[in-house]
Amino acid sequence: MSNLSVDHLLGIKYLIKSDIDLIFKTADNFKKIINQPIKKVPSLRDITIANLFFENSTRTKLSFELAEKRLSADVINFASASSSVTKGETLLDTVNNILAMKVDIVVMRHPNPGASVFLSRNIDAKIVNAGDGTHEHPTQALLDAYSIREKYGEVVGKKIVIVGDILHSRVALSNIYCLQKLGAEVKVCGPSSLMPKHLDALGVTHFSDLKEALEWCDVANVLRIQLERQDVSYFPSLREYAMVYGVNKEVLDGLGKEITIMHPGPINRGVELSSDVADSKHAIILDQVENGVAIRMAVLYLLAGKIKN
Amino acid sequence: MIEERQILNQKDIQITIERLCQQLIEHHGDFKNTVIVGVQPRGTFLSNRIIAKLKQLLKTTNFESGSLDISFYRDDLRRRDEPIVPEVMDMNLSLEDKTVILVDDVLFTGRSIRSAIDALMAFGRPKSVELLTLIDRRFSRDVPIQPNYVGRTIDAIGSERVIVEWKEVNGKDRVLMVKSD
Repeated sequence: MSNLSVDHLLGIKYLIKSDIDLIFKTADNFKKIINQPIKKVPSLRDITIANLFFENSTRTKLSFELAEKRLSADVINFASASSSVTKGETLLDTVNNILAMKVDIVVMRHPNPGASVFLSRNIDAKIVNAGDGTHEHPTQALLDAYSIREKYGEVVGKKIVIVGDILHSRVALSNIYCLQKLGAEVKVCGPSSLMPKHLDALGVTHFSDLKEALEWCDVANVLRIQLERQDVSYFPSLREYAMVYGVNKEVLDGLGKEITIMHPGPINRGVELSSDVADSKHAIILDQVENGVAIRMAVLYLLAGKIKN
Repeated sequence: MIEERQILNQKDIQITIERLCQQLIEHHGDFKNTVIVGVQPRGTFLSNRIIAKLKQLLKTTNFESGSLDISFYRDDLRRRDEPIVPEVMDMNLSLEDKTVILVDDVLFTGRSIRSAIDALMAFGRPKSVELLTLIDRRFSRDVPIQPNYVGRTIDAIGSERVIVEWKEVNGKDRVLMVKSD
């Protein structure tokens, strides 16, 4: 298979395994390119990409922008805080205005789940979801699975536990879809107040004990506590959360084996992850960041191939 | 109807490669400052053969070589039904001030070589770049690119295709001209 089965990257849910394999294979080549002396290729020189960020982002936005520039695309950036959205413009109007400037691909982050699906049905451009509310964050899941594949050679059969705020996490949902499609076993761990109701439907079980979860897994993907999405208190205090669910050196040393630690960033040091773990050789957090650029280059390259002159 | 005609057989290819190697030795001596780069995927089969033959002729194993994937440098990404799936890039070397011999199986429009030259420059500024090709389909260039070393020059019209088969993938070495109505 040398073509994606989808026209947009809206979520991992809509992908089939061969799509993920194709993205990984393409990313392998881009990873080599971004380690060359000259890190730029001319593939997308006739493509214009708009990065629409209706929600704050640092690393995802930088990573997309770098990926786009390394592919030689023309890039325009939009941040809702400094735009007409604050004057009451609708999403569709905003985007149609931007598309009138002949944009081929839209990379969008939006606080509302399903915003990118809505956009894909209403406008004529390829859409890449860079995170829609608490729904999906497909490129993050792809780069996480890609980093696991890089570390272990393959994803199939690996045991991955996702620790933390599963309820508010788009990373968790996309990761579950992606890892399961690749044949990994996924479980989650965290306080039951931060577990979604539909876990069973996803085929995922829940550990309430961190040590038990870490004993079971090969890889722990530790998520950030998203205080900005929590409208009520889901646990008594950050200090208590850190004591019960914080991954630190002491917990890891107590395990009978070595596990790999991942984190999508930004880290709340001392809350979900202690500094000595975040900076240790078990953590592949910076590899994730590097792989993020390669994965995003692969996704944009493959989608751009579907735009005909 | 598909019409197939053999242009070179295994023996012809062997003799041609040997001749090309002698020409290379004439120009590059001991290959001290020369790098041989095969264009992926099919140019690499030819460059591997050439390197093996040179090793035999010069009784040395000191050759710098690489395989260049040009997928991301092509100019027809959006003109195809399916995206170009990249091949392996194996260029663990610097081309700074080296003479590069770019190797491909068939030279047709010249567009692949244009992309390859573009891709090469990501690995440093070579002193010069030469082109070696097994088959040169003359009078069919879209861009002004000419080879320095040619195995066989042929005249073919647009509807004809030239296919180079290699033992490694097709079971035997031969060059075919295929014409379909």
